[in-house]
Amino acid sequence: MLSLDRVSKVYKVGTFGGKQLVAVKDVSLTIEPGEVVSLIGESGSGKSTIGRMILRLSPATDGTISFDGTDISGLKGRGVKEYYRRVQGVFQDPFSSYNPIFRVDRVVSLIKDTYYPGMRKAEWSKKVSDSLEGVGLNPSDCLGKYPHQMSGGQLQRLLLARALLLDIRILVADEVISMLDASTRVDVLNLLGELKERGLGILFITHDLSLGNYISERTVILRRGRIVEMGATAKVFGNPLHPYTKMLIASVPHLHKKWEQVEREVGARGGEETVAAPDEALALHEVEADHSVALAPE
Amino acid sequence: MSLQVDNLSVYYRTLRGEVKAVDGVTFSIGDGEIMGLAGESGCGKSTLGKSLIRLTGRMRHVDGKVALDDETLPLDDNRAMDKYRFKRISIVPQYAMSALTPTRKVGKIIEELLESRGVPYESVRAELERRLSLVGLSQDVLGMYPIELSGGMKQRTVMVLSTLLNPALLIADEITSALDVSTQKAVAETLVEFRDRGYVKSTIVITHDLAILYQVADSILVMYAGRLAEKAPADVIIESPRHPYTQLLISSLPEVGVTYAENRLTGIPGRPPPLLDPPKGCRFRHRCPLAFDKCVEQPPFVEVEPNHRVACWATAPPS
Repeated sequence: MLSLDRVSKVYKVGTFGGKQLVAVKDVSLTIEPGEVVSLIGESGSGKSTIGRMILRLSPATDGTISFDGTDISGLKGRGVKEYYRRVQGVFQDPFSSYNPIFRVDRVVSLIKDTYYPGMRKAEWSKKVSDSLEGVGLNPSDCLGKYPHQMSGGQLQRLLLARALLLDIRILVADEVISMLDASTRVDVLNLLGELKERGLGILFITHDLSLGNYISERTVILRRGRIVEMGATAKVFGNPLHPYTKMLIASVPHLHKKWEQVEREVGARGGEETVAAPDEALALHEVEADHSVALAPE
Repeated sequence: MSLQVDNLSVYYRTLRGEVKAVDGVTFSIGDGEIMGLAGESGCGKSTLGKSLIRLTGRMRHVDGKVALDDETLPLDDNRAMDKYRFKRISIVPQYAMSALTPTRKVGKIIEELLESRGVPYESVRAELERRLSLVGLSQDVLGMYPIELSGGMKQRTVMVLSTLLNPALLIADEITSALDVSTQKAVAETLVEFRDRGYVKSTIVITHDLAILYQVADSILVMYAGRLAEKAPADVIIESPRHPYTQLLISSLPEVGVTYAENRLTGIPGRPPPLLDPPKGCRFRHRCPLAFDKCVEQPPFVEVEPNHRVACWATAPPS
């Protein structure tokens, strides 16, 4: 289980680093095995920063991130390596996740060199083909190819297969769908669903509410680095309480409903942030079981 | 009839041969119509949009003709097309977010562009400010550098600039794709607003996002691998599509309310054929569940109902 406890991230900006930019403020959330938590926010909301902190790509300024009870900021050497055996990430752009001058097999063989140096070749190739088949790839179709010879969906699946070679418990999936074509994106999304059923905990970072709604058990809505609403997906989408959540939901283009109808249903106007949402740091409080919102209690 | 495209083919010249990005496309757009042009990446939708305003060096106009208000456009003649660009046909490019020179103030960019077309800046200044305020921008943006504007503000600035001379045809290429949901909605509504106010006569909205098109477009044209698959009024495409590709595409899109646990969606197996040497016949047949012998021949784009055209032997056999 991965948990974030009042995690903040402050960047120093300006010419001499004299100004501060608060990217993430007091975020607390947990990811349990076998559940997908979607982290939904607009650009600049700090959603990717949270993913990066979990993956130790940048340190948290404040608060603690712990995995199975251990604070990850204190990990060193072997501890870091073991952490990455359990926690892995896949990112938005599959094309830039590969080095174009090497064959795609390299991302797989690097795992062997680091984590399974002693494994016999036959055993390893069995493990690789199992993992590839697990994500719906045919090993003969992708091994030995260069990244430009494969489609974005295939590359993204190969990265998932790479993560699955390790004994991972938590996957950070940062906008993994947004670069894929409509006809293939649902397959990758379903794959995440299958991994979840196998007991993986997934942090699904996205700006697309319909994707988050499709795949996740729990939803976290982030605005300007703060959580404004979180809880069971059906409750957050079915009964949005924060004006910002309502505005987001009213802005999503639906396939079978016009915007006017959705706005009537949600009771908010989408499009612009016309609602004067309370900006001050209101603490989250629980309004019903597994549904919290950052609004002043009535 | 505002825009009439007849059997248009535009190929890309490459060292390995010609890529048939747009292959025999025929359609028309009426006055005041917002037509959505949808398809997956690489289906030729952007090439089609671009070829109506400017053929780049690698693009070759192979066949067909395009008429705007019954006047045939000299697509092959880059010079002659200049007369139409910006004034009659205008584009909001895919890279609109980075279309503004970073070293000039926004007002200066607009001024220089207008002067280069022989339009005095002062004569449209008042209209420019009125339209900026219509899209929710203050006239202060004219004194700002592009870097000072957010993505949505830049997008709207470029939209105002592109439509300033009231073009007969506006091509909006993936203008909502890089935006957040809330800005996306504002930009999409601006398109409708510009049409309603008569700033543009007809609009082609190119996007891969069918849900956006359902919100703003009057009709939707679906392309697949360089050819037309289906064209119909927007609600017909969404509610009762006839082409198997459109049907599968729509059923693969997650919507708010559809969940993995209750209603698992499926994608379309396979991938589009390479356009360097596309297979004969229907280009979707290798992924199509309804494919049969007849599909090795190219299906005609037939009208199955008024304003509803489909290219499919199985679901729309020509009578």
